[in-house]
Amino acid sequence: MAKKKTIRSIPQERTPMREQAPQARAKNFEEVACGYGLEEALRESERCLMCPDEPCISGCPVGINIPAFILKITEKNFRGAYDILTDTNLLPSVCGRVCPQENQCEGVCTVGESLEAVAIGRLERFVGDAAIREGWTNIPYIEPNRFKVGIVGSGPAGMACAADMAKAGCDVTVYEAFHQAGGVLKYGIPDFRLPNEVIDAEIDNLKKLGVKFECNTLVGRLFTIDQMIGEMGFHAVFVGVGAGYPTMLGIPGDSLNGVLSANELLTRCNLMRAKEFPDYDTPLPMGKRVAVVGAGNTAMDATRVSLRLGAEKVYCIYRRSRTEAPARAEEVHHAEQEGVEFHWLTNPASILDDGKGGVLGMRCVRMELGEPDSSGRRRPVPIAGSEFDFAADLVVYAIGTNANPIMGQTSSLKLNKRGYIDVDENLAASVAGVFAGGDIVTGAATVIEAMGAGRKAARSMKAYLGIRDAGLPYLNRSGTGAGTLFGIDTRERNFARVRVA
Amino acid sequence: MKMSNFEIVAREDFSDVTYLLEVRHPLMAKAAKPGQFVIVMLNEHSERIPLTIADFDRRKGTVTMVVQAVGKTTMQMQQECLVGTALFGMVGPMGHPSQTSRAKKVACVGGGLGVAPIFPQARGFKESGAYVIAILGFRNRDLVFWEDKFRACCDELILCTNDGSAGIKGMITDGIKLALARHSDIEEVVSIGPPVMMKACAEATRAAKIKTMVSVNPIMVDGTGMCGGCRVKVGGQVKFACVDGPDFDGHQVDFDDLMSRLQRFTAAEREAKDRWSESCRMTKQIGPGVSPRGSPEIESRSELLDLLNDAKGG
Ligand SMILES: Cc1cc2nc3c(=O)[nH]c(=O)nc-3n(C[C@H](O)[C@H](O)[C@H](O)COP(=O)(O)OP(=O)(O)OC[C@H]3O[C@@H](n4cnc5c(N)ncnc54)[C@H](O)[C@@H]3O)c2cc1C
Ligand code: SF4
Ligand code: FES
Repeated sequence: MAKKKTIRSIPQERTPMREQAPQARAKNFEEVACGYGLEEALRESERCLMCPDEPCISGCPVGINIPAFILKITEKNFRGAYDILTDTNLLPSVCGRVCPQENQCEGVCTVGESLEAVAIGRLERFVGDAAIREGWTNIPYIEPNRFKVGIVGSGPAGMACAADMAKAGCDVTVYEAFHQAGGVLKYGIPDFRLPNEVIDAEIDNLKKLGVKFECNTLVGRLFTIDQMIGEMGFHAVFVGVGAGYPTMLGIPGDSLNGVLSANELLTRCNLMRAKEFPDYDTPLPMGKRVAVVGAGNTAMDATRVSLRLGAEKVYCIYRRSRTEAPARAEEVHHAEQEGVEFHWLTNPASILDDGKGGVLGMRCVRMELGEPDSSGRRRPVPIAGSEFDFAADLVVYAIGTNANPIMGQTSSLKLNKRGYIDVDENLAASVAGVFAGGDIVTGAATVIEAMGAGRKAARSMKAYLGIRDAGLPYLNRSGTGAGTLFGIDTRERNFARVRVA
Repeated sequence: MKMSNFEIVAREDFSDVTYLLEVRHPLMAKAAKPGQFVIVMLNEHSERIPLTIADFDRRKGTVTMVVQAVGKTTMQMQQECLVGTALFGMVGPMGHPSQTSRAKKVACVGGGLGVAPIFPQARGFKESGAYVIAILGFRNRDLVFWEDKFRACCDELILCTNDGSAGIKGMITDGIKLALARHSDIEEVVSIGPPVMMKACAEATRAAKIKTMVSVNPIMVDGTGMCGGCRVKVGGQVKFACVDGPDFDGHQVDFDDLMSRLQRFTAAEREAKDRWSESCRMTKQIGPGVSPRGSPEIESRSELLDLLNDAKGG
């Protein structure tokens, strides 16, 4: 290692990432953030102080060894960086793009105390993209065992569990209801934020591990979880079906034709490629003035997709203030740059009917922040007499989702009061051999948390099946010798580093 | 273990616009129950369209759907779905199966496309020992299908055509009135067809408080409860047809809301269909047609729109 760096000696400014100009990008579906090039990545990697206490690692839901991978970048050993990343994170290209880093690793980065935090996410993406470009994969030697594992749902939770179980030697099949695998990454998050090629590359890596994908398969209805464990001969099953059941506001005008869920808008646009209508057959509801309700990632995606589909005006309506908005900071910022008009502290009261079954506009009421509620956020309360109307012809709800009812309808799995699957601390569900994780357990959360849950469930599953899992399951087996000391894994010297989920 | 490659093993053309497809999918044939539906994709660029399961054969391992060519996708399917070809995708069986109640006397009402999916229900009731009256409505004699199939499993069959070219002349509600006049002890009515028809049917039985189940089929995307596009109002509450239905109490369903929501994409659908018909015409003029059957020409546009509205919810 070079001379010890100090906060004074590192490049002071966070290296900016090239982006498409807001005016241009608001008209296309190309990726907005172009990613770091070599020079930029090298420069940014120099900003890491290699802190001995590694706060960023504990900020990461899956405990990526962040300073170690950044160190490899400074050494221009990108393959080495990739190996370290994939020790814990199956989808670096995806997570580098969509993780809420500001609340995780970057939120606790030491540099961030006096300057802007190290752009860990951007560096992660740089390495992940290099791997896709170069075709790197880490396929360990797999000793097949006799176990058959079924995975229900192909989102990040299911993919992560599938990968670990395949690496452990199991015969793994992933069942997906849609005609394409990927879960929210495919149907929800738009191309300009996460291109489909990135997801497909990651899915191909799973296939290389021997994981089989069966799309067009609605588990619960085509066969049940009980049948999987029973007659179909699966030794263990992981349920990662997500929580996509959209909430409607329940205000007058809800069922008008111009009102739809963000999930419907995004699925039509992203998965069904309605943006390429009529080349693809699925139609899209078009709006000139679109009002999106909510301020999470889903809402930001809906606003930005609407702009790209040609809306003249896009409003974002949120009943709390900007600080409470659950979306990644970068998404709000991007939406703003692209011309989305934000109405903070504004709550919809009703949707106005145009008399022909469509939407004429929306009636809203202004809010102010009162006392903190149970979530610790200050509760918004309506300001009396502040109602106002504005014109809109499309209203998109992005106000949250609930558990999908199919698993509950068709299995004996115990659910909690809100309809999510009940699991113990090892993510084991109430039926022996069945594990669950991701949004269907926690409610809508993040990609990285879903992935972490998939890995955690895989660990429990291995224990359940009696597969030897030395507690060091994510060793670097690429044969490069990286991460080993005289053949002894570095983590065997220092157990503190072994951190999973 | 590949589930199925969705191969079409049989096809029957009931009329210029109505055709039957039998698809090999052994696992689905095993799981399917009356009242459930599937979502199919013709090819990678297609829409996902919901179709009610009209029949299934566990022994042969096949699932049957009856389709009316009314929009671009269904017209293209009519042209391309030949025996030996395969669908790009088919997922299901979706939705709650119909509850075959213990009613002793039931009327099974099917209009237009609804005739096909009402069949397994009629058969189900017969198998559980009920007296089954089938009431089927078609536009005219040429569109009638499965008459013998119904005769074989029902105690009575009332056939209605708009022009009287087969059975009684009149709307399906006339058939229901006739059945209600003949039998005062009908315990349950099951009705599948265009929303207007199901609405009329529910109105016809409301006064006598006869339990009336209808099968709604709104516009869908995923069919797994994830988009909310299929929402319907039932008893003042919002339900998702794909996971809460598709069967609901006909006296509770807000049919006007359903019909209005079915119009969501009319303009885009028309555009797609026109564009497609035009390209078919072009190909035919240019040279040997790619289509083995020729594009189905429908005489008047207004008839087509009628059909379109009929078929939705069928
Ligand atoms: C629009 C949008 C934007 C988002 N943006 C971000 C972001 O920027 N950063 C971030 O960290 N998180 C984001 N999230 C949240 C994140 O995507 C989810 O938390 C994560 O995908 C959950 O993963 P999962 O594996 O639990 O479920 P999902 O990704 O939902 O996958 C579940 C899969 O299971 C399938 N399935 C469901 N039922 C069945 C069944 N019965 N049989 C077979 N298959 C079934 C579904 O079709 C789906 O493909 C976003 C979510 C949305 C909707
Ligand atoms: S906290 Fe920041 S500076 Fe310190 S090791 Fe982690 S990324 Fe580097
Ligand atoms: S079709 Fe999407 S929720 Fe029913």
